[in-house]
Amino acid sequence: MEYFLQQLINGLTLGAIYGLIAIGYTMVYGIIGMINFAHGEIYMIGAFVSMISFLVLGAAGITWVPLAVAVVLVVAMLFTAVYGWTIERIAYRPLRGSTRLAPLISAIGMSIFLQNYVQLVQGARVKALPPVISDVIVLAQRADGFKVSISYLQIMIIVLTTALMIGFTQIILRTPLGRAQRACEQDMKMASLLGVDVDRTISLTFVMGAALAGVAGVMVTMYYGVIDFYIGFLAGIKAFTAAVLGGIGSLPGAMLGGLTIGLIEAFWSAYFSVEYKDVAAFAILVLVLIFRPTGLLGRPEIEKV
Amino acid sequence: MAGAGTPPSDFKAALGEAAAAGGIALLLTLPLVGMRTLETSGGLVIHPHFADVALTVLLVFLGRLGLVLIEAGRGGAVLAAAAAMVAAGWLLPFPTEALRGIALAGGLVVALRAGLALRSRHSTLTQAERDRRMDRVGARLQDASRLIGPVAVLFALVLPFMPFANRGVIDLGCLLLTYIMLGWGLNIVVGLAGLLDLGYVAFYAVGAYAYALMATTFGLGFWVCLPLAGIFASLYGLMLGFPVLRLRGDYFAIVTLAFAEIVRIVLLNWTAVTNGPVGIAAIPRPSFFGIADFTNSPAEGHLAFHQLFGLTFAPVHRIIFLYYVILALALVVNFFTLRIRRLPLGRAWEALREDDIACTALGINRTNIKLAAFAIAGMFGGFAGAFFATRQGFISPESFTFIESAIILAVVVLGGMGSQVGVVIAALLVVGLPEAFRDLAQYRMLAFGVGMVLIMLWRPRGLLAHRDPTILLHLRKSARQQQAESEARG
Amino acid sequence: MSEGNAASPLLTVEHLTQRFGGLVAVSDVSFSARDREITAIIGPNGAGKTTLFNCLTGFYTPTVGRLTASHSGRTWLLERMEAHEIARQARVARTFQNVRLFGGMSVLENLIVAQHNKLMAASCFTLAGLFGLPSYRKAEAAAVERARYWLERVGLVDVADWQAGNLPYGAQRRLEIARAMCTEPRLLCLDEPAAGLNPRESADLSELLLFIRDHHAIGVLLIEHDMSVVMQISDHVVVLDYGRKISEGPSAQVRNDPAVIRAYLGEEEGA
Ligand SMILES: Nc1ncnc2c1ncn2[C@@H]1O[C@H](COP(=O)(O)OP(=O)(O)OP(=O)(O)O)[C@@H](O)[C@H]1O
Ligand SMILES: [Mg+2]
Repeated sequence: MEYFLQQLINGLTLGAIYGLIAIGYTMVYGIIGMINFAHGEIYMIGAFVSMISFLVLGAAGITWVPLAVAVVLVVAMLFTAVYGWTIERIAYRPLRGSTRLAPLISAIGMSIFLQNYVQLVQGARVKALPPVISDVIVLAQRADGFKVSISYLQIMIIVLTTALMIGFTQIILRTPLGRAQRACEQDMKMASLLGVDVDRTISLTFVMGAALAGVAGVMVTMYYGVIDFYIGFLAGIKAFTAAVLGGIGSLPGAMLGGLTIGLIEAFWSAYFSVEYKDVAAFAILVLVLIFRPTGLLGRPEIEKV
Repeated sequence: MAGAGTPPSDFKAALGEAAAAGGIALLLTLPLVGMRTLETSGGLVIHPHFADVALTVLLVFLGRLGLVLIEAGRGGAVLAAAAAMVAAGWLLPFPTEALRGIALAGGLVVALRAGLALRSRHSTLTQAERDRRMDRVGARLQDASRLIGPVAVLFALVLPFMPFANRGVIDLGCLLLTYIMLGWGLNIVVGLAGLLDLGYVAFYAVGAYAYALMATTFGLGFWVCLPLAGIFASLYGLMLGFPVLRLRGDYFAIVTLAFAEIVRIVLLNWTAVTNGPVGIAAIPRPSFFGIADFTNSPAEGHLAFHQLFGLTFAPVHRIIFLYYVILALALVVNFFTLRIRRLPLGRAWEALREDDIACTALGINRTNIKLAAFAIAGMFGGFAGAFFATRQGFISPESFTFIESAIILAVVVLGGMGSQVGVVIAALLVVGLPEAFRDLAQYRMLAFGVGMVLIMLWRPRGLLAHRDPTILLHLRKSARQQQAESEARG
Repeated sequence: MSEGNAASPLLTVEHLTQRFGGLVAVSDVSFSARDREITAIIGPNGAGKTTLFNCLTGFYTPTVGRLTASHSGRTWLLERMEAHEIARQARVARTFQNVRLFGGMSVLENLIVAQHNKLMAASCFTLAGLFGLPSYRKAEAAAVERARYWLERVGLVDVADWQAGNLPYGAQRRLEIARAMCTEPRLLCLDEPAAGLNPRESADLSELLLFIRDHHAIGVLLIEHDMSVVMQISDHVVVLDYGRKISEGPSAQVRNDPAVIRAYLGEEEGA
């Protein structure tokens, strides 16, 4: 039971990170119907930027943790947002209205480029950062000494993710930008005829998705403390799985899918085998797509003839 | 030239735009390029590289300025400036070679754009015009390939006996042919049937492991295992196909990728059978069709190749033999594809790519057709895998990562989907070029990624996307009619 | 409307209903279409005509209802079959409201693909074809002849080797009909074949449809907004409005049905 509880906490934390990345996939897929294959790389860049920022802050003597974390979050969101914007502008926008394959191929190229770019400038070795927040709260203790604990960091991750989720849902539901986004989702041509600035809306979608991936990058840097240039690939695929699982195009779905994947991964590693935890995530993706292609919260879609 | 009277406000606007681009470049490079993390004994430290950042920003600024000015009709001035920049890039010292490369390439591109703009008198061709122009090139090449094809095959046949053909050249030939074969195989799925398979490497892996395991555990020979490896890969294709083929385009792509990763993870962790990350070593080399071995001292009762033909023993014999094996395999795939395009199955694949709903309305069972594509392409992938295993003598899961799938896909897509010649040219570009510039190995994948993006931007349908009908009602098109067609397109 | 016709109809639609979430696109529609007749389905935009076709040809699974095709001494329950089976076994062919050609392939290839199943069998599932056996070559030549026949009928012989996507719009519509006919259907379903055609082309189309009905002895189901075409050539007319059938009968009768006039003109009178 205690063991289960601990895995639940770990799974939720991991799931929150996946969920944040998944939102980027889901928003982009919802609006332009493409898999932004380079999105995982944005998350990886977010992780690197946050690591660099922590080091810079440390060197500058800013050691009050809440301030440091806040600064790092803002910095990471800013830089990843710029990456998201640039990628859309350079690699995807010229291909809008082209064949369906072209943007996906371009995205794969972008992903390969970004991975190798970071490898080239930052090195291929695994980077380790000492933990920034390491205090834990012990929730329960088993007779044999096994402790169920939740760290402040895990609390922060879950709380921050929830806050961001609520914030973004409000943006989509209430602001003109959200309205423009939903209009473009329905019918891009019509939206542009009605005066929606489609380019700007899509750009902002990428910016928002990238910023959230940046946050996820900060969290993973703090949570695991080790990153390398390759972390974006697997996390990206898993987050995409989460987006599909939740129903692509749906924000709450992305979060729900992320949590599900996180929990599955945590429990699978705990009770079955660590080696095959990725297989579990992929198997879920395959099963969902086969048995419920619309995902948990997605609207059913009939092939329009 | 119209540029003479460009008002200064134009120049100001151009400066503004270039400054914006420079600002973006600053943000992009400041943390990642400007502050490198280094591992020291005392933990990570930051190593500043701000000069690189400044130079990159400057280069982006100049490049953007050049492009904007070209659009404003100042081609001449930009051409001169860009040429100067290339010269500077050549002569001046740079902090890193990468930056020098960027400077040179950027200068060249801008110069090229300026030159083109000057020549065609209007700054940018529309996408449609460019497409049409390249289509004509593609068509001409397609025509020429009727001639080039046999010549290329002939060249490939005599290559091992050319004076310059040392072991390295033949090895490179084998590598290229492997990718060409994989490209032609994947082309069946992606180019003809229009199914984006991001996990083709799994077929390759299944073929390679099938051969390696059968050869090392049961002692079966290469020539027995080759068809078996193909069949195993094909079965994997069918197994994968049943669940995933109903999925729509992008989902399909991701699921094939997921399956390929599953295969790799299983290979990595199923240590009892696959030997895990260590891989399988000492995979038997192929014999000369089971008649003779390529060794100096054959086992009891076996013949050696050099004895059979009365030659003196040389290790290169085996390499040459391997080269011919892969050449033959690749040609089989090619002829199969050329032939099947003229058969109902091949036509149905192409129809599926064009419009799968219309296919269904014509009574075509989509699933069967797709499964056939998967099984056949998988079989060819399996052949290539078995060849890979026997050529290397050693395999491990390392060789079957996503990037390998991406390379094969790039070979298909960049060449122009469905084009057999395109695959060869793209394989030369994607695999041959990096091999030729081995000392720049660390930039190889970087350039590969950029290349993929650029070619998609420039020609979303691939370099040589041109398709000739597979059957004609009238005699071969007269030039006149082709003209009419291209006009109708306009 | 019960009729004691001796010959069983080619197609019977009974209580067909198709819902999309809350929207009822087709609601309890029943009618039948006979062999060697042109049955027109008309109705204002959004009446559910295309949806009806999609149910009929297996692209949608109807929420409720029975769809029966019967000819050559057999019957098929269409709502239980997959789309490709309907085309192949029940021999129902269709065209699409927004033309769906194989745009990158040549005109002739479009027509050859339509004969896929036949050719596939002739090529022994590509084995015979791969080795170029004469039996396959003969089958292919026959397929080309059939294609040539229909190209002549629709006046596209000269452009047979063009890329289908490069044809003018009217020619694309005709090619789609020719392609459907190359599957040798018993029931041909046409979704607004005259849309976007000029009056001359419309007249040619009417002639073509009459030719198909009379010389190929098949049933035609025709969705059409162009009343001149409908009234001129259809033997039987079914009128849909908001998913319901509001009238049915010979064209002359339907034309004067007050319910139909209201459905078509009601809004204008109100405005
Ligand atoms: N796949 C679908 N999902 C949801 N609603 C649909 C779907 N297909 C059709 N509809 C709806 O069903 C209704 C009927 O559409 P349908 O296309 O059948 O009309 P129609 O009679 O063919 O009209 P038109 O003359 O404009 O072609 C419309 O309101 C349409 O929006
Ligand atoms: Mg309609």
